[in-house]
Formats: sequence, structure tokens, C-alpha cells
Amino acid sequence: MNVMTSPVALDVERIRQDFPILAQTIRGKKLVFLDSAASAQKPRAVIDAMVLAMETQYANIHRGLHWMSERTTEAYEATRDAVAELMHANDRAEIVFVRNSTEAINLAHSFGRGVMRPGQAVLISGMEHHSNIVPWQLLRDQHGIELRVAPVTDAGELDMAAFEALLEDGKVGLVAITHMSNVLGTITPAERIVRIAHAYGAKVMFDGSQAIVHRKVDVKALDCDFYVWTGHKLYGPTGIGVLWGRRELLERMPPFLGGGDMISSVTYEQSTWAAVPHKFEAGTPAILEGIGLKAAVDYVQAIGYNAMADHEASLTEHALARLAAVPGLSILGQAQDRGGVISFALDGAHAHDVATLLDRQGIAVRAGHHCAEPLMHRFNLDSTARASFGIYTTHAEIDALADGLLRVREFFA
Amino acid sequence: MTATEDFDDLRDLYQEVILDHGRKPRHALRLDTFDATAKGDNPMCGDRVQVWVKFAAESIDQIGFEARGCAISVASADLMAETVQGRGKADTRALFEAFRDMARTGVCSHCPPELAEPLDRLAPLSGVHEYPSRVKCATLPWHALIAALDGTKEASSE
Repeated sequence: MNVMTSPVALDVERIRQDFPILAQTIRGKKLVFLDSAASAQKPRAVIDAMVLAMETQYANIHRGLHWMSERTTEAYEATRDAVAELMHANDRAEIVFVRNSTEAINLAHSFGRGVMRPGQAVLISGMEHHSNIVPWQLLRDQHGIELRVAPVTDAGELDMAAFEALLEDGKVGLVAITHMSNVLGTITPAERIVRIAHAYGAKVMFDGSQAIVHRKVDVKALDCDFYVWTGHKLYGPTGIGVLWGRRELLERMPPFLGGGDMISSVTYEQSTWAAVPHKFEAGTPAILEGIGLKAAVDYVQAIGYNAMADHEASLTEHALARLAAVPGLSILGQAQDRGGVISFALDGAHAHDVATLLDRQGIAVRAGHHCAEPLMHRFNLDSTARASFGIYTTHAEIDALADGLLRVREFFA
Repeated sequence: MTATEDFDDLRDLYQEVILDHGRKPRHALRLDTFDATAKGDNPMCGDRVQVWVKFAAESIDQIGFEARGCAISVASADLMAETVQGRGKADTRALFEAFRDMARTGVCSHCPPELAEPLDRLAPLSGVHEYPSRVKCATLPWHALIAALDGTKEASSE
């Protein structure tokens, strides 16, 4: 590893000590957890932050006038600051807390409802998760918005010429696209996408559910308009996700859910909305999960994105080499710029059988369509197996996967 | 180390009979003439099966299937076809109930004695009970068969 580009190399053995679950054994075998892209494991710091809040400092937030409520509100709102810093946002009010990426995209959908006009279009890509397809289909059917899909090349990259062609008539109001594919591992050329989209007058929303785990996300440098992600993939709790949006856009958007906490005043005739971000945060939020998310963000920041990206690049390179040496194995997608998510098919063995037989060896991978059926159809597949890596993944675990796959192949031969 | 010992940890679910029927199904064919057909679809994993049946009075005279899916679902379809051929419709429904019980729990708790023999032939699939997400793989072809008996066109695994 190049010491110059990685002054603080990641000490994976020390990191593993932070994740209590990694000490578990499965069927008497050491757990090899290669399903972090579905949901990552949690470090002790996150577990402790949530337990400590429940044990010492917990009440409902934003409305209590008592000590406990004030302290809990401070802790919860400190997460907003930490997230704004993580994403290099200008303004903490641009951070909206939601349940997960899916909810964040549904919230961004209120941009389509409130700001876009019938006849305009939303442009997605051919490698989206269902959560970045279905909300736009709802918008299409309810609001007269056209849904366009930019194709994916055989290598699993965004077809940039076709992408630009779909913007040329100026009808696209919003480009909603993944920053990293949960199936192919492809990192999309985000800066270029934004430059092109803005040139044709379209706003850009990135689904960063996978990307933010692997790459530093700087919304100012990206120059995008919305960016969504979820806490549980970034070593944080489930039930808390983030929508970042430019303040002027958030202010133009109608509320997403109605209820308490999101209003300024209510009469039977009409209500007025609270300022952003609270306009979008109706009801009691995921307080403990929010507090846990700050611990996760602090944990990731302490390790540093450079060290995480170097570690992951090294793992991915090793995995691609080891998997390529398994006879009959084909890897889906060969993008130049890719992260630590690898989907593959094994000749003569169905992905579900592969996953079950790996599980018998203590190795956890995902199998199925990965909530991306149109992408599977693009490659004429029903399902693949998928291995994905996190900060705690070791080279030895990738060797275990490759050896395990050799056994599966022999078993089915 | 022999090959068998080497794979001991993989054998409990994937017994030789399952591998064999999964790889070389005997009844994987579309019937030219048939009285009923139905499809089974597991949208969660993309497994698909279609079953064709020809009746003789109240019995299943011939059965064939086409399956796209994992070794468990293909082997289950083949073992099903083998076991229900020549069997009465009511008997087949009872066998499905018993098999589903076995797939979910590992045993058939209230198994009628007359089903002991056919159920024994399906027993290699009982290992799926350890994998709740795979139970549907084993039961999907049965859902399609029962749909064909009922005269409905499609069955979902749940």
C-alpha cells in the first residue's frame, strides 16, 4: 500500500475489536460476514451511545421544557451538525432526518409533486434499486411526469452518451440516480452527471446509500441538489436516514407527512408549516437511532475516508483476482471505477444454492435480485450472489469466500 | 479424506438424491396433451415452475414440469412428479399438506399412515426446515400442482 496516499492506514484487526458481533461463530465456524451492503454491523460506540441515552438521558425532544428533554434534544440535534459536517453541507437546516433511503427518495418525490409540472420528466438509470424506481412511477402515474431510463453498458457503467441524449429536449426536471450500484459496485461519475444535467436545466438527486459507505461525499464539490443515504449501512442503527437538499429547493417543496412537530400553527381552517428541516420531520422521530447515528458518523470520521477507501480498494482488487480464478465464475459488471460490492454467477449452481452452501461454511453473502430486477433483466439473469465488504473485512475472509466457492463448484460438479 | 467426508458439512440439506434430481430431473418435460396446467412463481427469488397434468378419472395419469430455479426447487418438482404419478387427486392434496408440514418443521406431526411411504420418498427435502427462506423453494412446485388441480392458472409460493 502506498504510504504517501494513505498516511493513516486502517488497522483492520483493531477495528474488528470494535464490532462485538464479529466474535460470533456460525455452525461452529467463524463468522465471515460479506453482506455489509445490505446492512453493516455496528461498532461498540454506536451500541453504547444508544444504551447510554436510554439509561441516563432520554425524553421526547423539541417540545419538553424540562432538563431531560433539553439534553435529549441537544444530543439529537448534534447529529444534524455531525451529518452536515460529514457531507460538507453549507447549512445544518439542509439535513432532513427520515427513516431510510427509501423514505428520503419518497420525500425527494415531493419535489416532483410540488415543483415539477406535468409534461416534465424524471431521468433515472438502468442500475437503480427499486427504491429509486417505484417512487418515480408513482409520480408518473399521479402527476403526469414522464419517467426516462438511461441505459447501462455491458461493462455495467452508465452510458453517458445516451444519458446526455435523454436530457437534450430540456424536459427533464430531475435526474435521480445512484452514486454507487448495490449490484455492480459501479461508482457513477457524479460530478460529470451534475455538470451535464445542470447544463440542460435539470436538478440532480443522488442515491448515496452505498456510496457514502465507501467514498467521501462532499455535496458542495459534487454540486448536486439532493443526496440521500441511510444510517444502517454506515455502521449506524436502522430506522434513521438522511435527505440533504439545497435549502432553496427544500423551502419550495410541500410537506411530506402531516402531523406534530412539522407545523408552525394549526387551526381547523389551515396550518402553517415549520421552517426546514422540521417541515419534513412530522411526529416523534427516531430519537435513539439519531443519537446512535452520531456515534457512527464520529466513528467513521475518526477512521477517515482515505483509510477506508484504500482498505476497500485493496480488498476489492484481491477479491476480483481470487474470484476470477474460480472456474465457471463470472462477475457481473466490470466498471473502471467501482467499490467493494461484487455480484457473481457460478456455472451450474443457482445463486440461492451458492448462498446456502456458503452459509454452511460460515460465510454470509446475499443472493437474489438485490431489489434491482430491471438491472438483472438487462443482463438476462434472475439472480446473482453478492459479496460486499466493510471496514472490518479482511483479506483472509475473501480467501475463505474463494475457497468456499471452489468447494461449492466441486460439490455440484 | 474422501470426497464424502470432505463435504459432510454441506450434505444435510443437499443430499445426493437432491443433487441428482436437481441436475437430472426425470419429469422435466411439457406434456403434449394435458387436462390442466398452472404456473408457480416466487417473486422474492425469481423461481418459476409450470406443471402439466393429465388425469385418468380421479387420478393423476401423467405429470410434467418446467422449472427455473435452485437445485432444491427443481429436485422438489421432480420428486413430486415421481411421487404423485398414478395417485388420486384427494390423496395428492393430503400428501401436499403432509409435505408442507415436513418442509416447515422437519417432520410430519400428524401424518396419516397411508402417506408414510410417499412421504418417505420426499424426506430428503425435510432439511429445508432449517432454512425458513428456502422452504418456499421446496413447496413452490406443489403450489403449482394444487393450482392445476383446482383449475386456477397461477400460484404464488405464499
